[in-house]
Amino acid sequence: MTAPLLEIRGLHARVGGNEIVKGVDLTVGPGEVHAIMGPNGSGKSTLAHVLAGRPGYEVTRGTVLYRGRDLLAMKPEERAREGVFLAFQYPVEIPGVSNVYFLKNALNAIRKHRGLPELDAMDFLQLTREKARLVQIDEDLVKRPVNEGFSGGEKKRNEIFQMAVLEPSLAILDETDSGLDIDALRSVASGVNALRAADRSMLVVTHYQRLLNYIVPDFLHVLVDGQIALSGGKELALELEERGYTWLEKEPAAPARA
Amino acid sequence: MSTDPLSIPGLSQQYKAGFVTDIESESAPPGLNEDIVRLISAKKEEPEWMLEWRLKALRHWLTMKEPTWQNVHYPPIDYQTIVYYSAPKRRANAPKSLEEVDPKLLETYEKLGIPLRERGKLAGVAVDAVFDSVSVATTFREQLAKVGVIFCSFSEAVREHPDLVKKYLGSVVPYTDNFFATLNAAVFSDGSFVYVPKGVRCPMELSTYFRINSANTGQFERTLIVADERAQVSYLEGCTAPIRDENQLHAAVVELVALDDAQIKYSTVQNWYPGDENGKGGIYNFVTKRGKCAGRRSKISWTQVETGSAITWKYPSCILLGDDSIGEFYSVAVTNNYQQADTGTKMIHVGKNTKSTIVSKGISAGHGQNTYRGMVKILGKADGARNYSQCDSLLIGDQCGAHTFPYIEVNNSTAQMEHEASTSKIGEDQIFYFQSRGISSEEAVNLIVSGFCKVVFQELPMEFAVEAQKLLGVSLEGSVG
Repeated sequence: MTAPLLEIRGLHARVGGNEIVKGVDLTVGPGEVHAIMGPNGSGKSTLAHVLAGRPGYEVTRGTVLYRGRDLLAMKPEERAREGVFLAFQYPVEIPGVSNVYFLKNALNAIRKHRGLPELDAMDFLQLTREKARLVQIDEDLVKRPVNEGFSGGEKKRNEIFQMAVLEPSLAILDETDSGLDIDALRSVASGVNALRAADRSMLVVTHYQRLLNYIVPDFLHVLVDGQIALSGGKELALELEERGYTWLEKEPAAPARA
Repeated sequence: MSTDPLSIPGLSQQYKAGFVTDIESESAPPGLNEDIVRLISAKKEEPEWMLEWRLKALRHWLTMKEPTWQNVHYPPIDYQTIVYYSAPKRRANAPKSLEEVDPKLLETYEKLGIPLRERGKLAGVAVDAVFDSVSVATTFREQLAKVGVIFCSFSEAVREHPDLVKKYLGSVVPYTDNFFATLNAAVFSDGSFVYVPKGVRCPMELSTYFRINSANTGQFERTLIVADERAQVSYLEGCTAPIRDENQLHAAVVELVALDDAQIKYSTVQNWYPGDENGKGGIYNFVTKRGKCAGRRSKISWTQVETGSAITWKYPSCILLGDDSIGEFYSVAVTNNYQQADTGTKMIHVGKNTKSTIVSKGISAGHGQNTYRGMVKILGKADGARNYSQCDSLLIGDQCGAHTFPYIEVNNSTAQMEHEASTSKIGEDQIFYFQSRGISSEEAVNLIVSGFCKVVFQELPMEFAVEAQKLLGVSLEGSVG
């Protein structure tokens, strides 16, 4: 058995004084795609942001090991440089900073951290063209200021494009399907699928089962009131679609498998 | 991609130009009266008319009150405790060539990255170095003289080119103009003089590098640039000062004159010592800069990057007298810690079909207070005048302030005016977004600020755009917690 990429043990976290994550255990192996579902307010997005290191999200108990190292001790930018990527539910706009320039700085910060030479403008341009094709994003969007004036769908696609360029080992997709119509959803999902790889694990956070028709996970976990209430395979999604989440709220929490 | 600004990593937080040069200097006693003015004039071996002009200014100044309308706060200045003249002691007479310049001075400028030897990095730029009140060296003069361009210290111009100086001195900023300009007219010590003759396009960038060294000394330079018909010139000004606990006064005057079809581009990278993080020390930068587009189709363009000084009070302006003349003002002003800036421009449209553009970018961090104050005035005969103004403010943190006072006065119904303004704040969300992509919070601020200032930096000559970019990084370091 290969060593896990991510090991979350007894994780508790709070935001603004409220405990939101109340004891999560989860293990993600290399190349695995895990879906995390759950009702609104169950702590899915909080978990995603805690892993990325968002300021104001305070871990009160528990540990997170990433490649055997203490993830929680790393600054957010260090986590990114180590290969953790968060695709935001609501990506912010950065006026005045072009997407390519932003990404070039990001990629070179990551490469520098890993002792790789920085890419020059020509090589980088070549890379962005390739990746833009791969995830089917309009090259005009790539040149525009980061997310400024982008539609909801364009913002989400841009997140996936960034992921394609930065090539993370652990991609956390926070409600990537929210606010998308079916065509946009399909297109974003196909971008994600194009990035599935043996050396890339994904944590797909979603409220709706429909995303999982397109991004088919290896494992599925249901988060209820800050704990994983149920874990299973992809077929669990269909059951949830049918029965909703309420029946789980009464059952005792089951430990995560995977 | 190529228009994106360069990022300069690994900058240290200190004010790098803050060292003091240990050099013997010759100073007047503190205080201001007719004797001091006479002393300055005598030191400069000035003709009688120059002394008379100074004395008229002094007498007028004594009747004036310091302005209080600006949005800055400082304890009252005692003008009788300031030293109005200080100069590095000359070994003989004025240095005739660089070989005669005190090596300590050359070293000072080397340390600041301004090599005065006519080689090296700034080979394409002619420099006039002003140390305390005195011009210590002007480079590339012979090459410039070949095409008829006069570039020398102001004192020298008074002696060597009295007709030109007499004709244009005070023609844009009269000695009665305002409190600080009048003070300057009485006691100005040196500065640069440029004359570009008819039809000549100045073959290189001209630059003055101002350095304050002595303590308790006021700085009063005067710059006069005249571009004759069809002439073109690009001029740069840089400034630094040592770190001192006391505030120091800098009251300079710049006058630009552009005749028919002439173009003057004036760029400033101002990095006077801003004071420490508690607001102690720093330069009071009270400067009057004005250009007159006297000729038809003439053009004057101001670009300023103001990162230094405890207080900045300046409004580089254009009087658009000639028909079809153009005035431009591009500005980035940064206030961090306890810095205050009240800066902007005046565009006075007198001639027909005159055009002006104002782009102001104010950045406030720490407890910094940043005010844009601008006036666009269209006079009755200025048919077809047009102005475009854009004033943007960027806030970093929640202790700083941005203020905007645009005045618009239109007396001609054919005028077209456009004014855009915005205020934004670098949010924690934005910083986290950068971090989540591997970029540190300080780099994130740099990138956002660079993007914010890009349109202004594009107006700077290349080497100085890089310097300005670096300065901005240093000025804002530590502004995000």
